[in-house]
Amino acid sequence: MAATTAGSPQTRTRWWKTRKGEQRLVGYGFLLPDLIGLAVFVILPIAGAIYISFHKWTGIGVREWNGIENYKTLLKDEAFWNSLKITAIYTFSFVPLLFIGSLGLALLVNQGLKMTGLLRSAFFAPYMVSLVISSVIWIFMLQDPAGVVNVIIGWFGFEPQAWLGDTDTALISVIIVTLWQSVGYSMIIFLAGLQDIPASYYEAAKVDGASAWSRFRHITLPLLKPTSLFVALISFIGAFQLFDPIFVMTQGGPANATTTTVYYIYQQAFQFLQLGYASALSVVLFLIILVFSLLQLRVFRDDANQ
Amino acid sequence: MTTQTSDAHAGAHARPRVKKPRKPFSLKRMFRPERLVLYALAAVSFFILAGPLLWMLSSSLKSSDTVLANPPTALPTEWRFQNYLDVFDQVPFGTYLLNSLFVATTVTVVALLLHSMAAYSLARLHFPGRDKIFLLILCTLMVPFTVIAVPLFIIVDWLGWVDTYQGLIVPMIPHAFGIFLLRQFYLSVPRELEEAAILDGASLIKVYWHIILPLSRPVLAALGIFFFLANWNNFLWPLIVTQDQSLWVVQLGIQQFRGQYASNYNLIMAASTCAALPTLILFFVLQRRLVEGIKMTGLKG
Repeated sequence: MAATTAGSPQTRTRWWKTRKGEQRLVGYGFLLPDLIGLAVFVILPIAGAIYISFHKWTGIGVREWNGIENYKTLLKDEAFWNSLKITAIYTFSFVPLLFIGSLGLALLVNQGLKMTGLLRSAFFAPYMVSLVISSVIWIFMLQDPAGVVNVIIGWFGFEPQAWLGDTDTALISVIIVTLWQSVGYSMIIFLAGLQDIPASYYEAAKVDGASAWSRFRHITLPLLKPTSLFVALISFIGAFQLFDPIFVMTQGGPANATTTTVYYIYQQAFQFLQLGYASALSVVLFLIILVFSLLQLRVFRDDANQ
Repeated sequence: MTTQTSDAHAGAHARPRVKKPRKPFSLKRMFRPERLVLYALAAVSFFILAGPLLWMLSSSLKSSDTVLANPPTALPTEWRFQNYLDVFDQVPFGTYLLNSLFVATTVTVVALLLHSMAAYSLARLHFPGRDKIFLLILCTLMVPFTVIAVPLFIIVDWLGWVDTYQGLIVPMIPHAFGIFLLRQFYLSVPRELEEAAILDGASLIKVYWHIILPLSRPVLAALGIFFFLANWNNFLWPLIVTQDQSLWVVQLGIQQFRGQYASNYNLIMAASTCAALPTLILFFVLQRRLVEGIKMTGLKG
């Protein structure tokens, strides 16, 4: 009996009932739905963007192969370079301000003040409001001349500003809105980083007579390095993709003063139906973000190794 | 007031019962110069960050003449709750809210299920090509959404999904970061529980459903809040993929409403309040979980 059961087809375990077979079956099966989703809605669009970027296409009718023509156009397209400049000005103002602001707030709510819980909630609350709604609220507050912001700066003797209506202040307005909306999120990340620093370090430094500033400079900042890198990186990547407030508040205006690259891509694709050109712009934007992110990682790593 | 006076006489410094081992309230400590500076900074920050939200709320209850009055009044002179009814009367705001709720909830639930399955498979099961697949998934993390928006629209159009719920929902489900985070979590779960169940003859699907899923409740909750928030607040994709007003989510609705009622800021603020309230309530109810979630997604991400 024993000799026959091993080989007989009736009693042999089916392959998917073996340990290995089940692992494979369930392994692939569980992975499949998400993998199909990623393939169709993430990987295919990436490949598609590259493919379409070599074509002239309005979305309707035939795609016309035109080689690297789109990329050549892009190099000479002043509006594109202008959009990159605006994106860069925005990013390199927004990221440092966000960094300082959120670190400051995190330090503030880490001091054991009365009502810290309330403060933390209040600082974080704007993050729960979408950028679209934030923009709508600030459009209202930035009205000229009767908006509440102009009234408040009036108390301090400043002239009312046109804010969104003026090429000099439109981008500043956008920076204010996005800072207001997102500073709470980075604050929470910094707070988590601060709370991970052992209190004993500070106590030891105090015993040695270190001032508050030197404790901050030599304990807090170095130990916050991983947190700082994370905040810098995600705020950078987010800033480079600025779109919602531009669409809602300024439509890229006045006089293209707030046309960021993503907004320019949107215009090319969905207003002028230049899908091929918009794809080429997307590819270039991706490369720029990638290079800067790698650079940032590099800088922080070299710094940490010193 | 009357009950408190007796306490106030008892001692200027000590507060009756201090629950946590905090430093007891002390006016002396509070009024030290450096403390005063901190309190002043806190007050200014509070004014700047919470002020606009309170201003939105207050303005949503004002009449259209007083909403832009100069000098402005902090509170409405007459409280017009009618504004909220007007918003729902004049635009299908209820539909927008329901669309947002439906889209955000569906994406969140389906994504959590699919991601946890995929993450379990990647973290625990053995099959050829597993690590290569994981690497591929990680690579997609680097590509920001705005970069693929245009070709994604072309694919969705080709599928015939423009102006449909599936067009709004399905492309938002795949998300490498969710898979990555859950995989990290599953790698940290001790294997003993699963192995005992497998020795008892439980199938892998049962192990996943009865052991892994219940264990991952906290991490799923944290991730779920984020997915819901991100999808509720999403603007670019709904803007691209829906023209049909009956499919509009609330972010599109509010943007359109602002354009139409350009001068009626009291109504616009009432609409904004309605659109912001669900996520603000979510925040105040689930605050602790949300903060935990940020720390988790932030620091280990």
